Amino acid sequence: MSASPSLAGLNPGSPQAFVDGSCNEIFAKLRADDPVHYCPESEFGPYWSITRHEDIMFVDTHPAEFSSDAKHGGVLIMDIFTSELPAFIQMDPPAHTMRRKAASPAVAPNNLANLEGLIRERTAAVLDTLPVGEEFDWVERVSLDLTAKMLATLFDWPIEDRFQLTRWSDLTTTIPGVGGIVETEEERTAELMRAGQIFSELFQERAAQEPKDDLISMLAHSPSSRNMSPADILGDMLLLIVGGNDTTRNSMTGSVLAMNRFPEQYAKVCARPELIPGAVSEIIRWQTPLAHMRRTATQDVEVHGKTIRKGDKVVMWYFSGNRDESIFPDAESLDIERANVRRHVSFGFGIHRCVGNRLAEQQLRILWEEILKRWPNPGQLVVTGDAVPVPSSFVRGYLRMPVRIGA
Amino acid sequence: MGMVKFIEADGTTHEVEIADGESLMLAATRNLVPGIDGDCGGVCACATCHVHVEPDWSEKLTAMADDEDTMLELTDARDEQSRLGCQITMSPELDGVTVRLPFGQH
Repeated sequence: MSASPSLAGLNPGSPQAFVDGSCNEIFAKLRADDPVHYCPESEFGPYWSITRHEDIMFVDTHPAEFSSDAKHGGVLIMDIFTSELPAFIQMDPPAHTMRRKAASPAVAPNNLANLEGLIRERTAAVLDTLPVGEEFDWVERVSLDLTAKMLATLFDWPIEDRFQLTRWSDLTTTIPGVGGIVETEEERTAELMRAGQIFSELFQERAAQEPKDDLISMLAHSPSSRNMSPADILGDMLLLIVGGNDTTRNSMTGSVLAMNRFPEQYAKVCARPELIPGAVSEIIRWQTPLAHMRRTATQDVEVHGKTIRKGDKVVMWYFSGNRDESIFPDAESLDIERANVRRHVSFGFGIHRCVGNRLAEQQLRILWEEILKRWPNPGQLVVTGDAVPVPSSFVRGYLRMPVRIGA
Repeated sequence: MGMVKFIEADGTTHEVEIADGESLMLAATRNLVPGIDGDCGGVCACATCHVHVEPDWSEKLTAMADDEDTMLELTDARDEQSRLGCQITMSPELDGVTVRLPFGQH
């Protein structure tokens, strides 16, 4: 099967398509006519696009054939500085397994149960400061602040310095110059090197103390991570910051946007708050806060009739998998009662599945429980203007979104 | 048709009917047994149907494949009795099988 003429050469990774929304149409076409698509030339070099749910599952569950290792370029469509960071998201077994196991207990269900009260308290405090009846930026006042506070909580980091953590997260994912927050790669590197020094000092400090249940202490005391080099420490820290920051922040904003776009769903969750857990999974599907993950083929592999060659860059479009109508009928619409709502690919599947998935769900669940306690009426949170998209084909999120709380 | 017993971390017991060939994960989610998530739908790709099989039953199970072993490595509190519920399918000799559920799936 070859690509139809209109699809030949198409570059679905172009950030512009994610800004103007044409990505919906582009991926629908690819899923129908060229589900495993080759783009021979782009700003990211040549790469394959995997667009159907079943093929994404295949690639994600065959880590020996599709490597995440930084030495091949890591897990993003773009080969940037951060692809050299030794974080476990861009390692293959057995190194990946060991390093992930060290971080996992911090976000395991029993530890999260202990955090439930604190997350609720901090969420309630943020919501209680919001003005009623006047427009404000939901991203700045709620999503950014809450996720930053959560990171500070997980790291036992001074809460007043929390935006230092989100600054490092933004630095890690930005492309310098292109609407980025720094102009050059050198600026970015210098700032992240300083972050590395700070984390290494903190790591040594926690290693010298009694074990505690924060993430840095757990890593500093775990046999598989306590001897990490400063670069390894920085790699894991940035991974956990990015993983816990951009993603949940944008799902929090997306949750209000989605409820406004689908008012009958908003009404349903107001009438039956027990539907919140399903709504949370559906919002994570609908938003797909990370549009893709990338792998590199370690050998020739056939996927859906196409031969991917050893060394080729392979991009799994989670955003597209979550719009696959064969799995999610009427996929563009929010449906909080979807029977298979948890099969979304936003967390990935296989050995690299998001380690913080339950924390993300917990934060969103608590956010909506607390929203509905204060403002229980359908449509009471009103999106009053455009949600401004992040110019990226990796992070699917919003820079600003004006909201007014109605009476 | 057989029976499977799920024991939650807090001791709550659920006995549910299960057809031959059906997986323990599906039997649990179909009956809304708390403590089994089954996010991936049963293809050994998420490890959110982790169970601890009671020792008496372990030897009656089919051997663990490499992919199940790999995914179990991601779970918390893996032990000798750990299996994934989606990889255990019902057969007459497993009628009455008892499994304990972890505190939560991750």
